Amino acid sequence: MLRIINGTVYDPANGIAGEVRDICVADGKIVAAVEGGQVIDAQGLIVMPGGVEFHAHVAGAKVNAGRKMRPEDHRAMPIPRTALTRSGVGHTVPSTFAMGYHMAQLGYTTVMEAAAPPLGARHVHEELNDMPILDHGFLCLMGNNYFVLKYIAENDFARLKDYVAWLLNATGGYAIKIVNPAGVDTWKWGRNVNDIDEPADTFPVTPRQIVTSLARVQQELGLPHVIHLHCNNLGSPGNVATTLQTLQALDGLPVHITHAQFNAYGGAGWSDIRSGAAEIADYVNSHRNVTVDMGQVVFGPVTTMTADGPWQHRLYELSGHKWANADVEMETSAGVVPYQFSKRSAVNAVQWAIGLELALLIDDPWRMYLTTDHPNAGPFHAYPDIIKLLMDADYRAATLAGVHSAASTRSGLKDLRREYTLSEIVTITRAGPARCLGLANKGHLGVGADADIAIYPQVEDPKEMFYHPRYVIKGGQIVARDGRIVRDQPGRCLHVTPGYDGQIEAAISDDFERYYTVDFENYPVQLEHYLPDRVAVPCHER
Amino acid sequence: MQVEHVVCAFCGCVCDDLTVTIEEGRITGVKQACALSKSWLTGHTAEAHEPAALIDGQPASLDQAIAAAASYLAAARYPLIYGLSSTYSEAQRQAVALADLLGANIDCCTSVCHGPSGMGFQTVGEPSCTLGEVKNRADLVIYWGSNPAESHPRHFTRYAVTPKGLFTPTGRKGRTVVLVDVRPTPSSRAVDIFLQIKPGRDFEVFWALRCLIRGIAIDEAAVADTGLSLAQLGDLAERLKKCKFGVFFVGQGLTQSRGRHMNMTAAFMLARDLQSYTKFAVIPMRGHGNVTGIDNVLAWQTGYPFAVNFSRGYPRFNPGEFTAVDLLARNEADAVLVVASDPASNFPRSATRRLAQIPTIVLDTHPSETTKIARVAIMTATAGISAAGTIYRMDNVPLMLRSFLPSPYPNDEEVLSRLVAEVRRLQTIGQGGD
Repeated sequence: MLRIINGTVYDPANGIAGEVRDICVADGKIVAAVEGGQVIDAQGLIVMPGGVEFHAHVAGAKVNAGRKMRPEDHRAMPIPRTALTRSGVGHTVPSTFAMGYHMAQLGYTTVMEAAAPPLGARHVHEELNDMPILDHGFLCLMGNNYFVLKYIAENDFARLKDYVAWLLNATGGYAIKIVNPAGVDTWKWGRNVNDIDEPADTFPVTPRQIVTSLARVQQELGLPHVIHLHCNNLGSPGNVATTLQTLQALDGLPVHITHAQFNAYGGAGWSDIRSGAAEIADYVNSHRNVTVDMGQVVFGPVTTMTADGPWQHRLYELSGHKWANADVEMETSAGVVPYQFSKRSAVNAVQWAIGLELALLIDDPWRMYLTTDHPNAGPFHAYPDIIKLLMDADYRAATLAGVHSAASTRSGLKDLRREYTLSEIVTITRAGPARCLGLANKGHLGVGADADIAIYPQVEDPKEMFYHPRYVIKGGQIVARDGRIVRDQPGRCLHVTPGYDGQIEAAISDDFERYYTVDFENYPVQLEHYLPDRVAVPCHER
Repeated sequence: MQVEHVVCAFCGCVCDDLTVTIEEGRITGVKQACALSKSWLTGHTAEAHEPAALIDGQPASLDQAIAAAASYLAAARYPLIYGLSSTYSEAQRQAVALADLLGANIDCCTSVCHGPSGMGFQTVGEPSCTLGEVKNRADLVIYWGSNPAESHPRHFTRYAVTPKGLFTPTGRKGRTVVLVDVRPTPSSRAVDIFLQIKPGRDFEVFWALRCLIRGIAIDEAAVADTGLSLAQLGDLAERLKKCKFGVFFVGQGLTQSRGRHMNMTAAFMLARDLQSYTKFAVIPMRGHGNVTGIDNVLAWQTGYPFAVNFSRGYPRFNPGEFTAVDLLARNEADAVLVVASDPASNFPRSATRRLAQIPTIVLDTHPSETTKIARVAIMTATAGISAAGTIYRMDNVPLMLRSFLPSPYPNDEEVLSRLVAEVRRLQTIGQGGD
């Protein structure tokens, strides 16, 4: 039992913005009152829900390929063991233990792995089980899956729905992830699609059909999280048109557009790339079915990694850096390329400006979340600096003055004076992502919520504040204090168990045995073994 | 009793379609499996065949052996943990935890097989795919420095040469299969084109192919040392460019001969170049069961796939400095824990001599050359027969090994976690008492 007294509480989900209140904890949950127990006097401190990392590449084969590829990255940030904690390496592709500790040290208590292939689900779970403290789950790649394309091509919506539900159960996954629909399928022959009406190769279905069908599936299964979409033409100048076409195709169906920065480019080529943030923001502001996350660029080294194989190959050609590709039978692909975002690059400067512009132009903080698409646009540990850029217009102007002038001339950033309030920051880092993920017990401090709490010093500089939480509490236990991990405990796995017609197994088994190289019976993940401490987040089937 | 869909832990193919027959606590029949797998599985018994443990060659209890092993490790100034290829990843995770706790050096069989592939990966990356992509798409399959007919017997029939897949409806007929090696092997009889190159000339062959596919003229004299004519190289270069989906399966003929990681870097670069013309992948022919798993576990826990050193309290990587053979041959390691491997039978003499001099502790499923020289030998249950856990196929696909025959011995994960606990206890006493 724990009481946090005298703290200044920010809990936007419950309409609390800077009120002095006591927070009580028992059995890992927020409760109305407790008798006795430990007391934290939070006088002069700010109390908010633990951070919910909405979209980060932290576990699985693609992340591990990034680790294997980058010894030079690891040497930049060695992390020694302590009496309590394991050693590791940090920076852009941290080892699993280092990732868990470092996120907790910044006040985060939940993380969602952004994209993993079903066939590699065991690997994802093994790594997540070695990532301490954080509750976790993974977004399951489906946008180029053989059976998804097949059932869409056959116009068999019932089978499509059953297959998606079966796959989420079979992998211990959390939500439907779509990456460059149809494009990744054609990449398996070295090609890509450039338009939302250009068909895939294995079956003649278009990105338009894939995203709308899966969005309907999500709605009918009542999955807690909407479709999580990485649009076609990511990274390419002019792709704002594709993004808007995709949104129009969805026509009101709920969708999350992830790392929107990478899909908000105007211009016709690299020489005249400009911000398309205003067009995206206008659409989001007038359509309540859409949420986005920033994918904010951080100047410095990154390790790009995505299921978007053709884009990663393009980035290799542009950068000449190392390139890993891993095509996964029947399901997806993945690519990894190290990269460096430079303040002196016009393109990088525009990309940097777009993320901030999106955040400043989208009115509703409940539908816009802070991410760096870690480690694609930047490492997660840059969040406190990004928060300062959003909260402090003068700091933003000073930073803008230090980057290539294209950030000023080809975006609207310099004219934006909006400053995020602390409540809005709490919303875009905690309450909003939790709500969008459908995690009713996360992102707030109401009675019944998980007791995941971050307590920060009340200082003028938001960057200082967010770098240095005084206490981080996970499941009612103090796990970090003054930047040190004081308790090493495992997190829990968040997954979904939507219902389906069992006949789907017979329907897919023939093709499965013919085209996969593992036995059908050996494919589903053994939940007892791989998700030893799991929480099935409820679905609300229609 | 019959057990179906058994996952085989013997080699990197990790076939998962075996049917095993058990009669009276003994494996008496194995269907679908290759000869290697059959001989490995058949005869396995649920009965004790050896003492639970040996200390200095004398039978001992498990508790005594764990206590002795932990005290050797805790007392050592430069302990080394080595092996880990023939066990499952849950046990491997405990082994890395132990190395971290001890400030030890940890290395795996990768350092004597495909470590150079990992270094090539670090240098330029790796275009790759899962084996199903090969089955479903490949029309050009090239084995290089590998003899799968003897090392991975079902590789041809299950994954790469004969199977019919999504876009390969004619199976073997639709594929051109090439072997590049320094001598004919049983595998050369199964291929369409056998190219015999001179030993140690792999890098030059890769480089000549890189030139030829880009249209850079080279003359006969430049390739004279390779053992291949310009016409042979030109023919191969054309095939590489014109295939729809090609794959190099690279073996230890590349990684353990002159050039080593540079050979692998060249292979990755050639495949990368070919992406401008077609789709091309490289897949290392990983050998022992779960050697791919220990690379993965080390990478996610430490950032590095082999040759990891914790002496400074955090992981560092340096092949040549932190690789097991080198640490032993230089007489640096002063205690060794070997898990699921038999270095005494295949390490160079300078390294095995050291193994015999210092406290060597072994966890293995059967007596070996290493258990003979070990101060402490602990018998453990066999992964994939009597111990369950995760195995990674050569293409990183994870599968779950099951336990279908009881064992009188504990499993590796259990013994290693007990070692972690015991070493931690000794360290705490040491800190309190001294």
